[in-house]
Amino acid sequence: MAASLAAQKGAETVAVSMTVNGKPVSGEIDPRTLLVQFLREHLRLTGTHVGCDTSQCGACVVHVNGMAIKSCTALALSLEGADVLTIEGLAAPDGPLHPMQEAFRENHGLQCGFCTPGMIMTAVDIVRRKGNELDDRTIREELEGNICRCTGYHNIVKAIAAGARAMKSGGATSQAAE
Amino acid sequence: MSATGIGVAVRRKEDRRFITGKGHYTDDINRPGQAFAYFLRSPHAHATIKSIDAKAASAMPGVLAVLTGAELATDKIGNLICGWMIHSKDGSPMKMAAHPALASGKACHVGDAIAVIVAETLAQARDAAEKIKVDYAVLPAIADPAAAQKPGAPKIHDVAPNNTIYQWSLGDAKAADAAFKSAKHVTKLDIVNNRLVPNAIEPRAAIGEYDSGTGTFTLWNTTQNPHVARLVIAAFVGMAPEHKLRVIAPDVGGGFGSKIFIYPEEVVALWASKRVGRPVKWVADRSEAFLADAHGRDHVTHAEMAFDGDGKILGLRAKTVANLGAYMSTFSSSVPTYLYATLLSGQYEIPHIYCEVDAVYTNTVPVDAYRGAGRPEATFVVERLVEVGARELGQDPADLRRKNFVNKFPHQTPVIMMYDAGDYNASLKKAMELADYKGFAKRKRESARHGKLRGIGLSTYIEACGIAPSQAVGSLGAGVGLWESAEVRVNPTGSVEILTGSHAHGQGHETTFAQVVSERLGIPIDDISVVHGDTDKVQFGMGTYGSRSGAVGMSALVKALDKVEAKAKKVAAYMLEAAEGDIEFKDGKFSVAGTDKTAAWGDVTLNAYIAHKFSGQELEPGLKEGAFYDPTNFTFPAGCHICEVEVDTETGTTEIVAWTAVDDFGIVINPMIVEGQVHGGIAQGVGQALCEGAVYDKEAQLVTGSFMDYCMPRADNLPVLKVGTTVTKCPSNPLGIKGCGEAGAIAAPAAVINAITDAIGTEQLAMPATPQAVWAALQKSNKLPHAA
Repeated sequence: MAASLAAQKGAETVAVSMTVNGKPVSGEIDPRTLLVQFLREHLRLTGTHVGCDTSQCGACVVHVNGMAIKSCTALALSLEGADVLTIEGLAAPDGPLHPMQEAFRENHGLQCGFCTPGMIMTAVDIVRRKGNELDDRTIREELEGNICRCTGYHNIVKAIAAGARAMKSGGATSQAAE
Repeated sequence: MSATGIGVAVRRKEDRRFITGKGHYTDDINRPGQAFAYFLRSPHAHATIKSIDAKAASAMPGVLAVLTGAELATDKIGNLICGWMIHSKDGSPMKMAAHPALASGKACHVGDAIAVIVAETLAQARDAAEKIKVDYAVLPAIADPAAAQKPGAPKIHDVAPNNTIYQWSLGDAKAADAAFKSAKHVTKLDIVNNRLVPNAIEPRAAIGEYDSGTGTFTLWNTTQNPHVARLVIAAFVGMAPEHKLRVIAPDVGGGFGSKIFIYPEEVVALWASKRVGRPVKWVADRSEAFLADAHGRDHVTHAEMAFDGDGKILGLRAKTVANLGAYMSTFSSSVPTYLYATLLSGQYEIPHIYCEVDAVYTNTVPVDAYRGAGRPEATFVVERLVEVGARELGQDPADLRRKNFVNKFPHQTPVIMMYDAGDYNASLKKAMELADYKGFAKRKRESARHGKLRGIGLSTYIEACGIAPSQAVGSLGAGVGLWESAEVRVNPTGSVEILTGSHAHGQGHETTFAQVVSERLGIPIDDISVVHGDTDKVQFGMGTYGSRSGAVGMSALVKALDKVEAKAKKVAAYMLEAAEGDIEFKDGKFSVAGTDKTAAWGDVTLNAYIAHKFSGQELEPGLKEGAFYDPTNFTFPAGCHICEVEVDTETGTTEIVAWTAVDDFGIVINPMIVEGQVHGGIAQGVGQALCEGAVYDKEAQLVTGSFMDYCMPRADNLPVLKVGTTVTKCPSNPLGIKGCGEAGAIAAPAAVINAITDAIGTEQLAMPATPQAVWAALQKSNKLPHAA
């Protein structure tokens, strides 16, 4: 689709470049292209998901310049030169998992897996903002922008608390490029 | 017990791909040369389509085709069907109206697909849709099921006078009436079971691809049952013969029932791919999903329970109007009948039950099975009646339940079901202990000191799962049998691939099915892979719904493993030069009884394939076995959920402050996964009780059409969930499994509403119990501080 989006007769395209998961990337895109479309369709980084069209569900959360954003709500064009981190960049492909990923696995914080990348990216951002000791209420309030239909949140909350602590002791926060 | 066998909280094999962004959902797949489909949908709830002018749209950049119901008819693409025949009381068959994949002459609900635009890009398809001119003649519309049968209501389908699909009944009316006549007390309730939108977080999607060289179609689809989809699309829609259609369900992001059904969009994606000679992809927007995914529930019920002077239940009567929406979805007819009225006995000895159900058409999105499907509606009726009855009789609701529990098994209810095993006292007792039921009065006083009203509510639910014995459902109208298949392929090196007709969309089958094999063969789960969701790989299967994968799917797997073991023993007998009857198999090792001669699993599997030891003998080389398992009964998971709430009298806000669930699922394969299923079910039940509700206005416009308006439960709507189990083994399948997928959604709504009504002192409270609804109910109650 990368080619088809860009190369339509008469369709206006513009150049955009940014850093994604530590690598410089660029593309010729329809100016309407959202960041999530750029990631999924141009770069084929399909770990970032689209679960709604009103910026409510959080399945598309990625980090831009170190902060969590909903990638369905930003035009790719507006992020020229930005540093973007997606779920695929959170840990090296064949290396150890990021502590937050590991915590989700260990605590069964996922079922169908569709909201999971957004949940994990949000969780890492919660730790950045709120620290490594997170109580139940804080985590639940901070998850206001992420919807999960499978887990009832119980195990997600447990996973985030455990992941937050592990990020401190494991020193793995640096992997999150923050 | 194997370290990765039955009963172990093994961490999930499938997780790595999901937590690293490497899952493969339908929308992650792009096919070479793929084009994109966008559906133009009706903005009107009910309108005649006088004409469709697609000229300007067809000339838009990138547009490959604009197709409507007219082209669908030209190509003789068949209608979608409802596969469960229900007969009315008078013996007449249900009134199934034609459901073409693209509207033909008339739009019957907002969101009814009118045309599809296929273009090089999705943006181009959307742009072109705006250029299609549809001349509608708007007709009066109706959304309220309670009013759909009234004289003068807009007529939706000619085949269904008074918009009535069927008028069905179950039970003995005369006997029930007699029981009510002899009653000392009758509890009466009017109940609306609110319409819900399933909202799996992965929106539905389909990619159709036609190969003109071979005349075969491939469909990648967000489906819970790829073989059923293939069967319907081949046999009824007539797209292609079954052997020329492959359906692949890759990773599927939640289903909850909504991805069981065969929908217009996958039919159109296949058809359009042949029309344009390109793969065609469609992915629903969330707002589109609200208008195109089958909704759930939507019952209006009057129910009565008769008691004797001591609180023993004498009878139950219910009259329900079920809204099936504008068309009959795939299994819609079965939900308010055989999945609903058959559970009206709850956990209780109720001598006489009579239920009438009228199913009606309205100008709303079709309604079909949603997590629990009929059983949450039944549980809500029974558990509200019991709770309110206890309050009216001045008895403790737990005591009244206990007094009426079924204690002897098997138990034949008056509504078809034969409960095979259970211990309802045990789950109630354990739940009350875990919830500190005795300490409630003290906690209530504490809440009162903070100006809050505290309430406690029980729900002792039962469900029929492990759906279902084919003969039984066939006799009740099902167009299919509900068995399951499994195949076990053992490789020469001893690793194992299992193929199952069940399908996982969050349930963790890659782990739990492997655990069953690990337990049996004594090999670690890392040596076992689970294949599902592809009709070219798995020969046939009925898919996953009705909490059936454990009870039915795993039973098929056990049968196949029996055959694998039997054949492996024959191989081992040749290897060990012993009689087949002397071969024993334990912990992955074959041995000759009474000797120290052994052969390891991997040696036997290798010998099965090299066949040196038995070449020329009767024994065939290889080690691969398959089985079909047809259950002998439904399974009957049951349990007790206790909800405790605090209500803020000034704002009407309800906070769930404690939740205790004790469920009897029979034998548990993986307790971690089972708890997760319970958590998720509770969240959906709490959602129904507190915040979710699809609202239609007078013109049958869906007012709650996005996540901005439809309130999905979020993390801060839910408490920490205390979950426990009791175990009575299910006697109806080899592993003793009952099923756990729907329990939470079935139990929860009644527990929540029982708790809130306990707190606020009035039973007049409908779901969802939003702060506004609770506040309004409180104004009429005597529990407000100023009224106290």
